[in-house]
Formats: sequence, C-alpha cells, structure tokens
Amino acid sequence: MDGITPDLLALQLFTGLALGAIYVLLALGMSLLFGMLTVVNFAHGAFYMLGAYAGILLLGFGVNFWFCLLFAPLLIGGIGMLSERFLIRHLYGRGIDYPLLLTFGLSYIMVETVRIFFGTQGLPFDTPDALQGASDIMIGYFPTYRLFVIGVAILVIAALWLFLERTPYGLIIRAGARDPQIVRILGIDVARVWLVVFGIGTGLAALAGLLAAPLQGASPEMGASILAESFVVTVVGGMGSLVGAVVAGLLVGVVVAMTSLFAPEMAQVAIFALMAIVLLIRPQGFFGRAGLMS
Amino acid sequence: MLNPDFVARCKQHRVILAVAFLLIFPLLMPFKAIAVNILIYGLYALGFNMLFGTLGLLSFGHAALFGGGAYACGLAMIRLGLPWWMGIVCAVVIGMALAAIIGAFAIRTRGIYFAMVTMALAQCVYFISDQWVSLTGGENGLRDVTLTKIDLGITTLNFVDPLTRYYVVAFFVAIALFVLSRILASPFGAAMEAVRENEARARACGYDVRATRYLAFILSGGFCGLAGALQALHLSIVPLETLAIANSGLVVMMSLLGGMGTFFGPFVGAGVFLLLENLVSLWTVHWQIFVGAAFVACVLFFPRGIWGTILLGRGR
Amino acid sequence: METSKKAAVTRRTLLAASSLLAMPSIVRAQSADTIKIGFPVPLTGPYGTEAKDQVACAQIAIAEFNEAGGLNGRKAELLVRDDKLDPGEAATRTIELIEKDGANFICGSLSAAVQLAVNNVAKQRGVIYNSISQSDQIAALPDWSKTTFHEGMTPHLTAGAVGRYAFSKYGKKVVFLQADYAYGHEMVAGFKAVGEKMGIEVLADLRHPLGATDFSTLLPRIQSLKPDILVLVNFGRDQQISLKQATDFGLKKTTKIVAPVLLYTARQAAGEKAFEGVVGGTSYYWGIESTVPTAKAFNDRYRKANEGRVPSDYGALGYAGVRALLEGARRAGGTDTAKVIAALEGLKYDFYKGAQEIRACDHQAVQPVFIIESKAAGANPNDVFNVISTDAANADNLVSCKDEGHV
Repeated sequence: MDGITPDLLALQLFTGLALGAIYVLLALGMSLLFGMLTVVNFAHGAFYMLGAYAGILLLGFGVNFWFCLLFAPLLIGGIGMLSERFLIRHLYGRGIDYPLLLTFGLSYIMVETVRIFFGTQGLPFDTPDALQGASDIMIGYFPTYRLFVIGVAILVIAALWLFLERTPYGLIIRAGARDPQIVRILGIDVARVWLVVFGIGTGLAALAGLLAAPLQGASPEMGASILAESFVVTVVGGMGSLVGAVVAGLLVGVVVAMTSLFAPEMAQVAIFALMAIVLLIRPQGFFGRAGLMS
Repeated sequence: MLNPDFVARCKQHRVILAVAFLLIFPLLMPFKAIAVNILIYGLYALGFNMLFGTLGLLSFGHAALFGGGAYACGLAMIRLGLPWWMGIVCAVVIGMALAAIIGAFAIRTRGIYFAMVTMALAQCVYFISDQWVSLTGGENGLRDVTLTKIDLGITTLNFVDPLTRYYVVAFFVAIALFVLSRILASPFGAAMEAVRENEARARACGYDVRATRYLAFILSGGFCGLAGALQALHLSIVPLETLAIANSGLVVMMSLLGGMGTFFGPFVGAGVFLLLENLVSLWTVHWQIFVGAAFVACVLFFPRGIWGTILLGRGR
Repeated sequence: METSKKAAVTRRTLLAASSLLAMPSIVRAQSADTIKIGFPVPLTGPYGTEAKDQVACAQIAIAEFNEAGGLNGRKAELLVRDDKLDPGEAATRTIELIEKDGANFICGSLSAAVQLAVNNVAKQRGVIYNSISQSDQIAALPDWSKTTFHEGMTPHLTAGAVGRYAFSKYGKKVVFLQADYAYGHEMVAGFKAVGEKMGIEVLADLRHPLGATDFSTLLPRIQSLKPDILVLVNFGRDQQISLKQATDFGLKKTTKIVAPVLLYTARQAAGEKAFEGVVGGTSYYWGIESTVPTAKAFNDRYRKANEGRVPSDYGALGYAGVRALLEGARRAGGTDTAKVIAALEGLKYDFYKGAQEIRACDHQAVQPVFIIESKAAGANPNDVFNVISTDAANADNLVSCKDEGHV
C-alpha cells in the first residue's frame, strides 16, 4: 500500500489509543455495574449521551470546561442513582434479563427526552481553547485534545484503582460484590453500596460522553452506536473485570485504527469478528471469572 | 387472571381457537397491512420465544435468522427465478442453516455470553450482506420481490389485494402454529421443558442438554426464516435493516411484553407493540418515550407479560 | 403492598392513556374527492429537522393550490407519515397510505434506501411516486417504472457539477473519503466521471462505515498524501463530524475540502468553524432570491408561515415535489394515473429555482445545481453560504436514458 510509513503506523497506533481511552471509560463503568450488581446496563450508551448534553447545558450556564468535567459526571451519576433507587433496585435477584430489559426501555425514554429538550439535530461542541491545535509527539503532530483524553483516562483509571483497593469504602464494595449476604450480616447497608456503585458506573459513562463531545459533537443517537462497541469491549475483557476493561478497550481501539488504515470498510466488522474469536477460544473473555453468570 | 379450568380447556384447542381468531383479526385492525405485520412479527417472536421462553436462552442475534430468511426468499425469487413458494421453502431451510451455524458456536456459551456471541455473529451476517452489494443490493436492500398473482389451479388470488394478502400470510402462520404445537407436545417438547425446569436433573435423567438446546435453536431458525420470507413477500422488498441489531432487540421486547414462555404471548406482544407504535406516532413524533415507558412499566409490574398476566395473574 | 398499589395506578393510567389514543382524532374526516398526497418522511431519527422542513414546504404547495381554487373545487390534502428512516417502516406506511387512506399520489423520503422501498411498493400498486431524495438508481431500470418520478437531484448530476467546478479551480491531486453505502459510491462515481475527462490524479479512495463517529484513524494518512482537494462524500452527521475532525487535524491549511452536498440544516447545526471555506453543491439555497424571482416568492411565503425563517434545500424539494404532482393533476383535469403521467412527461416549469423540466424518458427533473461556499455568518444568521457558481438545467449533465436502460 502506498503512503504507509513507520511514522504513520505509529501515529495510527496513537490514534487507536485515544479512541480506546473512550472505550475504556465506558467499559469500566459497564464492567463495574456487571461485576458488582450483575446489571447488564443497556442504558449505558444513553448515559454516555447524557454526559455530552450535560456538558452543553453547563457550558450554557457559563461553567467552564474544566468544571464541566467534574460536574457533568456528578449530575448524570445522580440521575443514574435515582434510576437505581426507584427502578432497578426492585429487580435484583430476578436474573440478569430483567435489569437488561428495563435499562433498554429506560434508554428509549432518555434519548427521547433529550430530543424534546435539545432537538433531534444534534449540537456542536467546540474543543476548549487551551486544547486546540496539534502537539509534536516526536513521531509527528497529534491533536492536543486527543492527548488530553488519553491523560484523563489514565487519571480516572488510577483514581478508581486507588478508591477500590486502598480505601475502606472500596473494600466494602469489593466485599459486597463477592458475598452480599455476609456484608449485610456484618451490619453494612448493602443497598447504599449498590447505589454508590451505580452512580460511579453511570458517572464514568457520562465522563466518556463529555470527553467524546468535542471530537464528534453531541447528538441523541451518539450512545446507540457506541453501546454495541462498548459491549464488545466489556465482553472481550471479561464481564466484571476492570483490568479486562482497560486492556480490551485499548486493544479494540488499536484494532479499529489499524483496520481503518489497511481496510477501512472492514473496520466495523473487525471488532465483532474479534469478539466472536475471543469468545470462542475463551468464553469468559480475557480476565473474566469462568462460570460467572453462566 | 382467568379461571384455570377455562384456561386448561382452551389450551387443548389452542390451535383451533387461534385459527378462528386469525380469521376475524384483520377486521379489528385499523388497516390490513398492520394486521399482516403483527402476524409476521408475532411469528418471529414465536420462533424467538422457543429459545428464550422455553429454554431461557436470551439471543441477541435473531435478526440474522429473520433477515436471513427474508433474503433467502427474495434472492431465490429474483436471482434464481424460483416461484414464490419455493422462496418460502428456501427461507425456512436457510433460517435453519444459519441457526445451525450460529448455534454451533453460541451453544457452547451461556447467559450473557450467549447473548453476546449471537449478537456478534448476527452483526457479521449484517456486514456481509451490507458489503456484498452485487448479490444483496447492499445498503439499499433487495427490491422487486414482487408477488402479484397466486395461481392455485382452480382460481387465481390477487396478492396485492389487502385482505387476500392477509389470509395468505395467515395460512402460513396457522401452519407454523400447528407445527409448533406438535413440537411442544412431542417428546422433544418434554425434553425442552425438563431442561428449563432443572438442567442438572434433566442431565441426570439422560437428556442431552446441549443437543436439546442446539436442536431448539435450529427449529427456532426455521420459524424465524418463515417469518422473514413472509415479510419479504408482504413488503416486496428486503431492507438491510431486517438484519440489524435493532431488529434483534425488537423481538426481545415483543416477547417480554407479550409474556415469554406462553404460547400466544409473542403474538400479543407484537400486536400491542406495533399498534402502540402506530397509534402514538400518528399523534406525536416522540412515540419512543411511550414505548420506553410501557416497557419499563412492563418489566416492573408485569414480569409475566400481558398474556402471561391474563393467564396467571401478576407475580414474578 | 406498596408495589401493587403503584401497579394499580399505573394500570389505570395506562387504560386512560390507551382510551385517549383510540379517540377519533386520528380518524380524520376526509371528503371523497380531495386530492390526497401521501408524504412519508423521517420525522423521527437523525434527519427529523430536514423532514419537518419538508413537511412545512409541502404544506405551502398544498395551500397555494387550494387558495387558487384547487382543481375545479377539488382541494388537496397532505397525509404526513413518519417513515422513521427505515425502509421497512416506509414500505408499510406507503401500503397504508394507498390501501387505507386512498392516497392518489405519493411524494417524499429522505434516503436512497427508503425512496427505493417506497417506489417499489407504489409501482406494484400503480400509484405515482415523486421522490425528493438523491439517487441514481431510482431513475434507472430495474427500479424505475412508468409511475416513478424523481424531483430530487441524482448523485451523478450533483457530483458532476461540483467536480467540474472544484477540479478546475483547486487542483488535480484528489483524495476521496466516502461513506460506504450507495450514496457514497454513486457520488464518487460521478466525481470520477468528470475527473477523468479533466485529468485528475486520485491519490487514494478511502471508505468509512456509515454512521462513523471517529475519522481520526483516517486523517493522518490523508494528511501524509498532501492532496490539493479532499472530497468528503458523506451526509448528515457523518459529514458534520468528519469536517470537524478534519478541521481539528489542521487539514484545511493545505487542502481544499469539497463535499457533493452541503446542507443548510447541517451547517446551522455544526456551526461556522467546521464548515468554514468548504465548497459543495446544493439543490437550493434561499440566497438565490436576489436573482431568481420565483425563489423570492417562495421564500417570502415560507417566511410568513414560519416566523421569518428561510426554507432549507431538502425542504424546498418537498415543495417542488408536491407542487409538480398537483400541477400534473391540474393539467390532466383529474387524478387518473395515466393522464397525470402524460401531463408530467416533458413538463417545463419554474417553481422556485429557475427553469426545470421533467425528462420524458426517465421522469427525472432536469434542474439547476448551485455551487456554494460556507462562510461565517454575519448580521443575518441565515446567511451562511455564498453562491459561487450556478450550473443551469442541462440534460447533458445527467446519465443518458440509454445508459439507464430505457429504450
């Protein structure tokens, strides 16, 4: 193929990592919800979309982009907690089908609500001034904002890991996921733990959506297309595994980037083919616990 | 909740009752084309329900079986010049063949992974059909699946006439209902029930659990393929969207809405869903909010679905 | 139990809601002799804005017809249906319009796949369909039939006009980036057809999946090829996103970006920055009113009905499509299919953008194409394009009827 140089390959690899960073954030949230609550969240794409629109709303009120990064996930995480408290909570212990179907219906409502208030057309979202343009990364120029996205993803992964592994609250969450009965007997309010976990999971999706908005603008359908992809990432990584979400997210990002370099029309089918192959060789995904939910 | 004795008596004659209902059904609907759609999607949901309701296997890739049938019927008629009824035969065969292929991979996995493998493989079918433009028409779908006259020897039916078209489709749906009812009453039906009720015990009793699942998947493909063929004939086109993820999701929604695991639930679900969508979208462009709310309400308050609730009352 | 109380309430509300739905508000009183035009457009989905404008414009054609007394007192009526941008839904809706509502004509759609589906259903039932969306195939066999009309432009026509302008003006080294579906393929074929004659050099012809949200994986490669022109062949949101990302990657510094179609609505949605300096074609831009009197009349009528806004390109096609059908009915003295077809074949008209003609052999509207360049909006927020060139209606710019398979 003409025009493909080692520099271009390296640049493409980087592009894949930036794409993968968004997948990672989505898959982390999804995996968290599945691992801790056994909820397969079909509304994850909708929360992602809400994150972008929350950003637009806040920017409209004059909040600057950096505070948006904090407040938008909090706001949407709050909505996530409300839906856990009033809808999903009633379905625990009734198999994985019911939460899955409920969140499916919920995503319809959220998407349509956004259409009513923000229009069907989608809205532009400008890259913040400080992050515009391209930076020299030795192998060539790369859009600064995409570097920023990679940076945010690394920060979030680190923070999440510290929270789960190094704080007493994280300990309770991990224990709750393993054996809710014992945790309850120990006198801990498991319901509240679930609530917080749901807030974190949906907040992560909102953050991913907000980060993606300057790349592609905001539209009511933006969550629908990425939902399937983030399922692929979550499943390839192993449902419920956070390490898996990170590894698979970056892998899928790179695979998409590389196939679009060599065979662009195959980029979309590539990730599904990847998932089919991984699952046939290792049905529980890279880091999934064998037998979980089987 | 209906009187259980009454329900039991009705169950014995469910095929006859269903056929009687099919005869008067189009007169109750706002227009004939939606009655046809309800039958087609009802049949599609029926095929899906064989797996989900009867065996508890949640597939997210049934669009491949439905769409595969639709394409098989259309391609047989357009590219091979076969008569329409051969198109239907091809659709059933291809539906089962696709199910055999997808099932061979998917049946090894369980639970959420089963849903994901079926979804991934169905996506592959979608992309193949999207890319293979010379055969399938690609994004524009298959056109000119035209059936105008049906020659029966003694008389000729005008398939374009709305009511005639309905009864032709209803005829095939009635056959499918009869076949399904025989399957459920057969030893294989008992095996499916045993596997659903208690997998370990079924295995201990000597049932081959995996083979039961696999066979059910293939049979399910036959019903969905038939539904796809009927849609191709009804609309005279095969849109690429019949293979899309959304179409897989739709059938899950319909089954759940109607009541999974019940015989007529899929039809009730398809009917309520399509009517709701049709009526609300005449009235507001924001019909999806109502569909979504109906769905959430159904999961929360009527986990047995509409038909299941009528038969057995609420409860979970 | 708390839940059961809640459930009872919900059930009652559901019942109330469903009885509301069954109200006869849907059953519209229709006198038997109104001329009914079925109008399936994607009111829900990503092109909802364009579809609503199609309806608004089509209603103007209906109102004008009725104000002029209709056809010997026969009034016209528009039956709007939501096709949800789904060919299957569109086919069902068209069947409904023909069988239940007794539509005399069908007009509408906003996607190649949907218009071919509607066309197939209409032709099977011998009902005239005037399509207002882009497609080459609809005017060609085997999709075309005697009842098929096409008021919309064809990709061949659009791409040809834009290509002729761009390749002579901005350079000959070209990269194509196309959405991988019929629209993209037909447009690129159109560009290559004129490009070959002009001696362009195609450096790369890249494809991206429909509905892609990330083009960053393709942009570094394009940048390294250093083309004079990047032809961005995609539509709607794909176009908005790819333009935005190309701008972010700094592609505009070295390369002129050209698109076959620039949508007024998309330009309004994505903002001036992404579109700035981009050149493309359009079937209509309201700004031509300074030179075209019919455009002025149409715009004024639209402004009056829509709070001073201006009609969009795809919207205006809705006006032209419906008006052509009504004009055909007027000339035929009724709605008889064969007579209306005869009246429309070869019809010369100037509804809203200068002289047009319905080519007799394939029922394609021969029409002007406008080349526009996006600019930053000034005092008037509607003033977003400069018309930099006009290709007058010329049948030579279309695929010949012979090549389309017509005898």
